[in-house]
Amino acid sequence: MSDRTVEHYVAPIDPADAIEVDRVNLGDRKSSLWIDAWRDLRRRPLFYIAVVIVLVVTTAALFPSLFTDLDPRKGDLAFSNAGPSDGHPLGFTRQGYDVYARIIFGASTSLSVGVFVVLITAAIGIPMGALAAYYGRWVDSLLSRIGDIFFAIPYFLAAVVVMSVLSAHRNVFVIALAIGGFAWASLARILRAEVLQVKNLEYVMASEAVGRSKFSTLVRHVLPNSLTPVIVYLTIALGAAITAEATLSFLGIGLPPSVMSWGNDIAQAQTTLRTAPMALFWPSLALTVTVLAFIILGELIRDALDPKARASR
Amino acid sequence: MSKETTVETTPTNETVRDSSMPLVQVQDLEVTFVTGSGDVQAVRGVSFDIYPGETVAIVGESGSGKSTTATALIKLLAGNGSITGGKILVDGEDITEYSERQMASVRGGVIGYVPQDPMSNLNPVWSIGFQVREAIRANGVASGRHEVEAKAIEVLEQAGLSDAARRMKQFPHQFSGGMRQRVLIGIGLGAEPRLLIADEPTSALDVTVQKVILDHLESLTRDRKTALLLITHDLGLAAERASKLIVMHRGKIVEAGASLEILQHPQHPYTRQLIAAAPSLASRRIHSSAGDSLTDEGVPDMLRLAERHAEIEKRLATAPIAVSVKDLRKTYSIRRGAFKSEPLHAVDGISFDIHKGTTLALVGESGSGKSTAARLILGLEPPTSGAVVIGDTPMTGVSARDLFKLRRQMQVVFQDPYASLDPQRSIGAIIAEPLKVHKVGDHEARVARVEELLDQVSLPTALAHRYPNELSGGQRQRVAIARALALKPDVVVLDEAVSALDVLVQAQILQLLADLQAELGLTYLFITHDLAVVRVVADAVAVMEQGKIVETGLTDEIFGNAQQPYTQRLLDAIPGAGIKFAS
Repeated sequence: MSDRTVEHYVAPIDPADAIEVDRVNLGDRKSSLWIDAWRDLRRRPLFYIAVVIVLVVTTAALFPSLFTDLDPRKGDLAFSNAGPSDGHPLGFTRQGYDVYARIIFGASTSLSVGVFVVLITAAIGIPMGALAAYYGRWVDSLLSRIGDIFFAIPYFLAAVVVMSVLSAHRNVFVIALAIGGFAWASLARILRAEVLQVKNLEYVMASEAVGRSKFSTLVRHVLPNSLTPVIVYLTIALGAAITAEATLSFLGIGLPPSVMSWGNDIAQAQTTLRTAPMALFWPSLALTVTVLAFIILGELIRDALDPKARASR
Repeated sequence: MSKETTVETTPTNETVRDSSMPLVQVQDLEVTFVTGSGDVQAVRGVSFDIYPGETVAIVGESGSGKSTTATALIKLLAGNGSITGGKILVDGEDITEYSERQMASVRGGVIGYVPQDPMSNLNPVWSIGFQVREAIRANGVASGRHEVEAKAIEVLEQAGLSDAARRMKQFPHQFSGGMRQRVLIGIGLGAEPRLLIADEPTSALDVTVQKVILDHLESLTRDRKTALLLITHDLGLAAERASKLIVMHRGKIVEAGASLEILQHPQHPYTRQLIAAAPSLASRRIHSSAGDSLTDEGVPDMLRLAERHAEIEKRLATAPIAVSVKDLRKTYSIRRGAFKSEPLHAVDGISFDIHKGTTLALVGESGSGKSTAARLILGLEPPTSGAVVIGDTPMTGVSARDLFKLRRQMQVVFQDPYASLDPQRSIGAIIAEPLKVHKVGDHEARVARVEELLDQVSLPTALAHRYPNELSGGQRQRVAIARALALKPDVVVLDEAVSALDVLVQAQILQLLADLQAELGLTYLFITHDLAVVRVVADAVAVMEQGKIVETGLTDEIFGNAQQPYTQRLLDAIPGAGIKFAS
């Protein structure tokens, strides 16, 4: 093959190629992880549906009187198990309470349990996971073993035990503590894995080389870049906590019957399941729709923040 | 060897072929990727021939379409990519029309493929032997347990693995990078293909290992008369190994022809630019462009260079010492078993001085301890013993508060432009961070300083409000340099700061560093594995091997007359060392 001559080909000069090396090419709009995620979310109809549900539930929880003039505590046995009528679109419970009004006023309990659980989970889980991963060595061994102990106890079982023991002090905060106090270990694990990855990136080393202290670097650079899975987990956990409260109340060890909550209403309506199924159906629907909205929101945020998930669409 | 199974569509190796007929003809190949933001044409009308037994290299920067072209040849494009035009003729038959099943007989048997990254291309849960046997069975070169086993051993031995029978039982993590690459080459050549595509086969390896692997690959393909298509970003490597060179840029071929012809008489402006930017042994130290060491035509002005040289020697002799490292050691204990541990001397008593305003290159292969040395010198990790002195203040064994103050005098630029900037902070906040941490100036003063710094690294000041994800690797590295300069340090440690960049961008950044050095009187500690780059940036060189400095000297001395065999081996292994590039 040595006798074959190799022709020297030179492409015609394309003026488009003659651009300056490494020219700065800025888009018209700013772009960053969060801005891009927001743009992605704004394009998805499901996001609006979930947000509207969350907003409606939150408004109902804060200002129930915007939605109804009725007193949810006023029972009239004359209307026991009555069907829908004018001004009472969802009918009545066995005690003659208005179902619609009970759902509106119950939102506040369910949502505050969810929010408290998230706050408690975050308050314990974030420092435990972040400190363990970031400082490593014995700090990691100690904090992770503590986490493992809590992880080994099914949080719902633990909550059942706590609520049974504290039967005299059943209120929203205690129930949130019972759930959140045992549910944080998963969050700590998720965050620990994330921080382990982020802490080896060069910008963390760069921050220390500049003179920022280790702890300050953790707060300023490592945590903000590890929060994506935390936000997703907490959004979903909020929904799960609402379910947990309803389940505990349903079992009779959650909130006392005097507190209005979807779980209590479901528990009371089960006795009339055959005769008045709708009194059970409506609070269950409210619960399901709310929990679903939070879970969908969590998953949408995960998709929006994860460029890999975005590419696969 | 004999072949029991013959494949329908593809002729077997035994057929005698006319070597004047091309083995592979690529005609007007177009490859398009479907992405969220529209279709991207990665390859735009590429044509070339590969003759039997010939070595062809495709050279280009990242994004030039060179790897896409290679994967298109065996139709293993990523899921969102497809061949949207042109033909690929193998022995005159168009394989773009082939079904997956027909392709399976082309892959391995006719066209073998050695992937880029030896670290991720072997499955860690299966033994080496299993993976080689699997490939052999899939290619149908042998059947039956014993024959497959024998063939696997033969393949690995030919790939240069000694003691192959025993090593087959081992797993990928027990193999070094070079050994893994040998296994992949063995698998690629296992079915005796007539063309082997090697996509950056040695980019992840040390230069000395790279040379051994490429030498071996060359002798294997020569003996079997296998054609070789080499995909690389390294012009020197391409010129040294291939008879024919194809230069790609933005999905098109800009120039093709005989390797030496192209390197010495490039015609296309892009090729010329690329060759001029490629650091090679023949290159000279880059100087500040303000100093005008280049004449108007862009060629080095020899007279000015000689003056510069004398000046550097004078500076090395007279300038005060900016950084002094004295007998620095770092010993880690490596766990062996539950209760035993062994010491590992990562840095084993290194000493050197850097004179103010000069550049010392600390060179070594992976595992030489150069990165650990960098961390020790930066005070990111305490040394086991020894001292680092900045100016005349010791940096080791001082209180945290003194260390904090000393950090103002020494800053760092890291290797990976994609990992060294916090993605959630704006460029302005990133550059201002050192000022904020050290409480320098008020808000307005910092904003002004950020603008000044952006200007110094030739970036538009509008960038201050943008985020790193909008920038290219080279631009991010400029931001990292601006951050390092924010506190007006005396010393900047450049830890593989240009290793991840394409050659044109790399040349640009090196020029920027030289300009800044002249302008601000900076002292650089340049840590790198790349000797060719050392040639163009350093005044003095220290060569590290296994935690020790084996040789130090002025750059010209080391390159002209290395005393240590290890240094000489490193120098000899630089691809294209003996080739004179056009200037």
